[in-house]
Amino acid sequence: MILLDADPWWTRILNFDDYGRLLGLVQYSLLAAVILGVVGGVIGVFVMQRDMAFAVHGISELSFAGAAAALLAGGSVVAGSLAGSLVASLAIGLLGAKARDRNSTIGVLMPFGLGLGILFLALYEGRASSKFGLLVGQIISVDGPQLGWLIGVCTLSLGLLLVMWRPLMFDSLDPDVAAARGVPDKVVSLAFMLTLGMVVSVAVQIVGALLVLALVVTPAASALRVSSSPVVVPALAAGFGVLAAVGGILLALGGALPISPYITTISFLTYLVCRGVGSRSRVSAGSSGPVAS
Amino acid sequence: MAASELGQFGSGVGQVTGDSAAGTPVLRVRQAALAFSERVLWDGLSLDVLPGEFITVLGANGSGKSSLLKAILGMQQLTSGDIQLCGHPVRKGDRRIGYIPQQRLIPRGTPMRGRDLVSFGVDGHRWGVRIAGRAAARARIAAAIESVGASSFADKPVGLLSGGEQQRLRTAQALVSDPVLLLCDEPLSSLDLHYQQSVANLVSRRCREHGTSVLFVTHDINPVLSCTDRVLYLAAGRHLLGTPNDILRSDVLSQLYQTPVEVARVGDRVVVVGAPEHHEPHHLEVRQ
Repeated sequence: MILLDADPWWTRILNFDDYGRLLGLVQYSLLAAVILGVVGGVIGVFVMQRDMAFAVHGISELSFAGAAAALLAGGSVVAGSLAGSLVASLAIGLLGAKARDRNSTIGVLMPFGLGLGILFLALYEGRASSKFGLLVGQIISVDGPQLGWLIGVCTLSLGLLLVMWRPLMFDSLDPDVAAARGVPDKVVSLAFMLTLGMVVSVAVQIVGALLVLALVVTPAASALRVSSSPVVVPALAAGFGVLAAVGGILLALGGALPISPYITTISFLTYLVCRGVGSRSRVSAGSSGPVAS
Repeated sequence: MAASELGQFGSGVGQVTGDSAAGTPVLRVRQAALAFSERVLWDGLSLDVLPGEFITVLGANGSGKSSLLKAILGMQQLTSGDIQLCGHPVRKGDRRIGYIPQQRLIPRGTPMRGRDLVSFGVDGHRWGVRIAGRAAARARIAAAIESVGASSFADKPVGLLSGGEQQRLRTAQALVSDPVLLLCDEPLSSLDLHYQQSVANLVSRRCREHGTSVLFVTHDINPVLSCTDRVLYLAAGRHLLGTPNDILRSDVLSQLYQTPVEVARVGDRVVVVGAPEHHEPHHLEVRQ
């Protein structure tokens, strides 16, 4: 390469040398990213409707604490992050049925989780990149059986979402009538929280605890800008999620930077495009006459 | 409301027994009481709702109108007494009961079109995704939408529809499962007059044409006065049951509230003045 000796800064951001060989190394990471993209996008639609973006953030901080504890204890980081996630989602699910209670519960849990995580990391004497990775993402460094776990957890959460699809949709979009029609709202919301915990724990491994919202909320928020169909929105959100997760890995592959900025940037750009498209179609819908009353 | 209907008086305040050809009551409430610690909402409440009967439930805020519906839906435990639907104790999630909630505007941006709201009434409570019976479900949903005259806006996002349009769809949602009993919890509040009447007409037509029994909770009886068979009036732990002409009288309501209450008929509307806690602007509005 002409600029090889100059080694400009952008080759650290985008670099496609040896791309084929690198791609072979990350194929399972890509598989994990595809599944996480799908399930993160889909669950994000429910997160938006149930007003739980803050809960996602809270869960991810406790997930980080769990992962850091596992790192310190020499255990499986995936298992640690899953345990932290499930504890947090259970606590939020049980303590905060109403939005206000829930937010205060999360507000209390979140700094505690983050603080614990930082304590564990400070005590940990291993590789510094492992520490940093938990906060900002490290999918490419996750390998072998751990990756298998991530894929398994994602698949299981996707299965759970499908099993509770209709009552969850009913309860999220029309809670009063859902309760009157006998939807077991407590069971549904607790099952949803646990599923959300599982998805978040995987997302923490891939984009890091601080950036989970880019995979769990942004794709759904983008999809909601351009459609109102309860079929199209989850499908689009899943597509956007895959685009961000897979696209992020593919772009990050050759560079020397963490994966998350790529994912968050794609995610954000998708949102901007959807916002633009959405406002344009809303304007044209408006000119054809708003709903008469 | 026609003058001849106004002149008809019922068989007196009290229970209309269900031993006639109309058959067994759809809903039977027996000596039901509901109290929250000290406060008694209602006590000794007995009510038989016959097939095709339209009962309007009136009363001040906090008199336990909505709680009665919740009890019938199996969501609220009674303090004493029991409630039976078609001869069996009520349970949560009974498909034979349709429910129209208080009008609460569905926010913009909700990923749901009119049709989807109605489809919850078909199988929203079932686990999984809809796999079998898609065509049949679609046909039922379309028929329910057609029956409330919502076809023209059923494919728009619900969040962009007006309150009246949303409430029409909610009526379709409640009717799509073909209920024997329809519970309406102030479905007209915060709708404008035109929509109040159109939603009330939808419900009363269903009642007449399909023999669906209706329990209609409302602040203002006027939109449903002409289709009301009996009124259940709840106030301060007491209640009265009878035809509108028996109940909506100054002496009867004064005795119920134990304070002077004036019932006036202005044109073909009934206006209740002076009922405690009855801060209902509808009664004071000048209409047409």
